[in-house]
This record gives sequence, C-alpha cells and structure tokens, in this order.
Amino acid sequence: MTPAVRFERVVRHFGQVRAVDGVDLAIEPGEFFSMLGPSGSGKTTCLRLIAGFDQPSGGHIEIFGERVEGVPPYRRAVNTVFQDYALFPHMDVLDNVAYGLMVKGVGKAERRAKADRALAMVQLATHGARRPSQLSGGQRQRVALARALVNEPRVLLLDEPLGALDLKLREEMQVELKALQRSLGLTFVFVTHDQGEALSMSDRVAVFNEGRIVQVGPPEEIYERPRSRFVADFVGGSNVVEAPLAAALGGPARLASLRPEAVTLLAEGTAAAGRMVRVRIVDSQYHGATRRCLVALEEGVVGARLAVAAPAARAGGFAVGETALVSVDPAALWPIEDAG
Amino acid sequence: MTAAVIAAPRPGALGRLSDALFRHPGLLLALLLAPPLLWLGVVYLGSLVALLAQSLFSIDEFTGQIDRTLTLSTYGELLRLANLDIIARTVLMAAAVTIADALIAFPIAYYAATYARGRTKALFYFLVMMPLWSAYLVKVYAWKLLLAKEGVVGWVFDALGIGVVLDAILAIPVIGGPSLSTSYLGTFLVFAYVWLPYMILPIQASLERVPKSLVEASADLGASPRVAFRTVILPLALPGVVAGSIFTFSLTLGDFIIPQIVGGSTLFIGQAVLIHQGTAGNIPLAAAFTVVPIVVMGLYLWGAKRLGAFDAL
Repeated sequence: MTPAVRFERVVRHFGQVRAVDGVDLAIEPGEFFSMLGPSGSGKTTCLRLIAGFDQPSGGHIEIFGERVEGVPPYRRAVNTVFQDYALFPHMDVLDNVAYGLMVKGVGKAERRAKADRALAMVQLATHGARRPSQLSGGQRQRVALARALVNEPRVLLLDEPLGALDLKLREEMQVELKALQRSLGLTFVFVTHDQGEALSMSDRVAVFNEGRIVQVGPPEEIYERPRSRFVADFVGGSNVVEAPLAAALGGPARLASLRPEAVTLLAEGTAAAGRMVRVRIVDSQYHGATRRCLVALEEGVVGARLAVAAPAARAGGFAVGETALVSVDPAALWPIEDAG
Repeated sequence: MTAAVIAAPRPGALGRLSDALFRHPGLLLALLLAPPLLWLGVVYLGSLVALLAQSLFSIDEFTGQIDRTLTLSTYGELLRLANLDIIARTVLMAAAVTIADALIAFPIAYYAATYARGRTKALFYFLVMMPLWSAYLVKVYAWKLLLAKEGVVGWVFDALGIGVVLDAILAIPVIGGPSLSTSYLGTFLVFAYVWLPYMILPIQASLERVPKSLVEASADLGASPRVAFRTVILPLALPGVVAGSIFTFSLTLGDFIIPQIVGGSTLFIGQAVLIHQGTAGNIPLAAAFTVVPIVVMGLYLWGAKRLGAFDAL
C-alpha cells in the first residue's frame, strides 16, 4: 500500500542548525501517527515540511505517492491544526470554518451547510455567529479542528494542538480526537512533547532527538522496550540503570532501562524470593492511585538513585528518611544503547 | 530576632504621600493627568474654540470692521466658486497623496514587518525616520532644486535621452506646467515624499501584529498568496492604513508651505487661511476655511468606520 506520507533521507538546515538531519519514515493511510520529542528535536519542522510551509534542503517527501518538493501549501491536500489555532480574528466562527471552501470557490449555500455540519461535529453548532475572541480556549481548538476537517484533507496535521488547554479539557479532547480519527478513518500526524498524550492516542510513535528519529513503533514497544538511553529517559521517565547498578540489582552488567513500576518496595525484614537491596527513602509523592518514591541505595552501588512507583495503599507506609528494601525482577532490566 | 512583619513608614511628608498615593490610585492618576489636560483644555481646545467662534462673525465689506453678531454668512462666502475651487483642489490633492503614499508604503512596511530582523530592522527604522529629523523647509527647498527646470530630475531625463517623456508629462493639462517645480505634479511629489513616513510606520505596526501563523493558515486552507493578501493580510492591516491616511490626508489638507514653494500660483486651503487672516484681515473667512479640513476628516473617518476599516481592532 502507498504510504500516506513518506520521507526519504529528508534534511532541513537553517544556516548551521540541522533541524532535520536525515529522516526516513512512512506513515500508513488511516494511521494515528505521533511525532514525539523535546523542543528543538525537529518534529515541528517535519510537520511543516509535510504542510509545505517549509521546503527540505535535501531528500524527498511524498504524499500518497506524489513528490511534493516545491509544491506550495495551497496546492496540497493536507490541512493543519495550529498550535495557536490561528483563527482569523476579523471573521466570525462560521466564516473561519468556511474559509477553505470559500477560497476554492464553493457556492455560498453549500459552504455554509458544510461549515454548519463541521461545527456540529465538534459540538459548536450554535456558535457560528461569534467571533473567535468570544470563545474559550477549548472552543477555539474545536473551531480550528472543524476548519481543517471541512476541507476533507487526505492527511490532517496537528501541531501540539492540546498544549494550551488545561488538564481536564486536554484529556477530554484526547478522547474526542481519537474517536474522530477512528470514525473518519483519516490519517492524523500529531506533534507533541507530551509522552502521555503520544502513548495514549497513537497507533505508532516516532521519537525525535536532535533532528533524527531515534525510535519508531507502537506505544507499547516505545514504552516497554526503549532502544536507547534517550528514549528510556524521555518516554515514561524510566530509570536509566548504569552497568554496575544493573549488576547490583541482580541483572547482567550492562546499561538498561527499568520502569518505576517494575521496582517493588518492601518493608525491612520482609522475606521474599530474589535479590533484595537496602535503600533509604529520599522523596515520596502522592499521585492518587500510585505513590512515586525516590530511593537511594544503601548497599551495592551506594547512593545510586531509583524512581519507584507503587500502589499508594502499600507505599504510603514509608516515610522520607526511613530505610526499606527493593526487589527487581531481572527480566524487567531492558538493555539499551548508550547513544541516540 | 525575627524581622518585623510590617516595615515602619518612611519618615516625613513624602513617605506619607507615597502611602496615600498607593491607597488612592485615582489620586495619582489625577496628579499625573492634570498638567497635560490643563494644557490641552486651555491652550489647544480654547484657541480652537475661539477660532471657530470667529467663523460665525462677519466682516463689513466697506469698513473692514468685524461685526460680532452671530451669522452663517461667512460660510455662505465659502460657497463662492473661487473658494469652492480652493477646497476641491486641496481635497483632491490630499486624496491623491494619501493613495500614492499607501501604495508606496505598504510594500515597505510589509517587508519591514515580515522579513527584516535585527540589524536590517534597525536600518529600516533609521531610513524611515531620518527624513523626519531634518528641517521641513530644507527638504522642501531641496525638492524645489531637484524639480526645477535645470534641476537634477530634468538632467537625469535628458542624460537618459528621454527628455521628451518628461516634456510629454509636463504637457498634460492641469497637472503639468512649465516645469515640475511649478506644476501640481511637483506639489504632489513633494507632499507624497514628506508625509510618507507617517504612512509607513502605522502600517508596519499593524502588520507586525498579524501572527505569521494566520498567513500560513490561509495558505494551508488553499489560499494563493494573492487571495491570502486580499482576505487576511489587507483586512488586518487596514486599521494601520487608515491611521496612516489620517496623517497624510490631514497634513496635506492643512499645509500652506509646500504649495507655496513648489507648484503653480493657485491657492490651497492653508494658503487661503494665511492670506485671509493676514494680508486681507478677514479673520471670519479664515476661520471658516479652517473648519473645512475638520469636517472633511470627520466625514472621512465616519466613512472608514462604515466600511469596516476598524473591524479588526
């Protein structure tokens, strides 16, 4: 099957800065594809290259099999939901949504009907006559979404669209976006620096660092089997365990990642199978269902720190400054590369 | 020892004043605004009202004495053909200068707002503002020399072998004349040059406030650059264009120096005011003439608002 978007050794330089430094990727039609990375990692530049706001310095980009280098954004069948929404302040909501149709010369009655339907789809049917300045952040976000979707794009590009929303609204929009993508069967390319967002919504995630893709795969794979130190640290905040510590915890002596929830915290004097290491509790944070503790080893590699996530009911018994035991299943020590 | 929760007030009247002003922000505002408001009220508005009141007096044609009974007869005098001619000439010139300045200023302002960064931007401000630092009269006389019969402009046309083109332009009735420096075309060129910075700066400021993402969004939604300009950039920059045109339009309406130095022998409103209140001693008619630019500007702003020029504000 022809990929919806294909990058072949794509490079984008800004002066001396290699914003995108040799990216290969293939996004399947109908896929919810996330580009995850810290700011400056090249993910937004990749999105802008697909939209056509930016042109590659080298390599090739194809959208549904057609080469798009040099094709301006207004001739590409892709639409973007901007980070700042970019709603036109001098038009009402309905005219904003109908803008793409108006530009393409769709008749007034038809574009109004289509824009009305698009607004209904994002639950803003009654807000057409308002100005963007009269809407809340969440409503503006929906208008931006309707304005892009009304054009029936082949690929929808979303540039950190939920970044400006508060937590509850963000979670609601995540569910809604995912439901919308599933029902429309549309290809979504979603840029975010929030690993939770990327993991919860995507079919596949590409992790960016310094202009390159360091790992691409389904969320479970990215989270459970990170390829490198960077991915382990950036996605899910896993412990990066140096070789001596890995050995001290009972695993092979090589660099590994260890998820906080794979570490079991036990009261001193507990008899259990497997290797136990004495630690001191350095910090303890309540997160509702879980409690996240930071512990420092008292033996083995003394002073080395580990993040531990345990059910709150069980870990609540440990106060900061007390000693405890940790046990680690050696199989949970996932070997990773140092670089990349 | 622990530090005091509340620091002791500063000693003296000034300390008490600081505390009082903090508690009563309105008082601070009143103190700050009183001097400029007094100045505006008495010196500026007062003299303007006195001037306008004069327009309701009339002059005795025989004695030259001012008759202080209120009458609209002076305004009736404005409607004489010779005076209407002056008004029409001035308004047309102001409109032409405004349109020309808007057309010249927009690309410059767009470049400065969209592309210029750092040093280039500083250079832009320098080049736009520099003409404002030199004396107005010097600039106008410099233009008179440039546009004179044997001046630089004529010389360049001759040197390029297209002197006939300049002659053809000067042969156009009404706007032409014996030389550029003695034609309406010359007056227009000097006006357009002198007021150009007042058009560039407001347009640049309004374009500066248009987020780049809006232009990208319009392209993303299928708008070619031409359509994006018409539907997004221009409507959002329009308040700046109107602000600039208020300057160029009203400055041209009231100017009496440029048409006197560069141009034909016919009068503009500013010159008419000068002659009537000076040489002729007809202060009521001079006052009535000054009302004309005020009314024209009022009508202009009302029309601009009706056309939605301020919708994007």
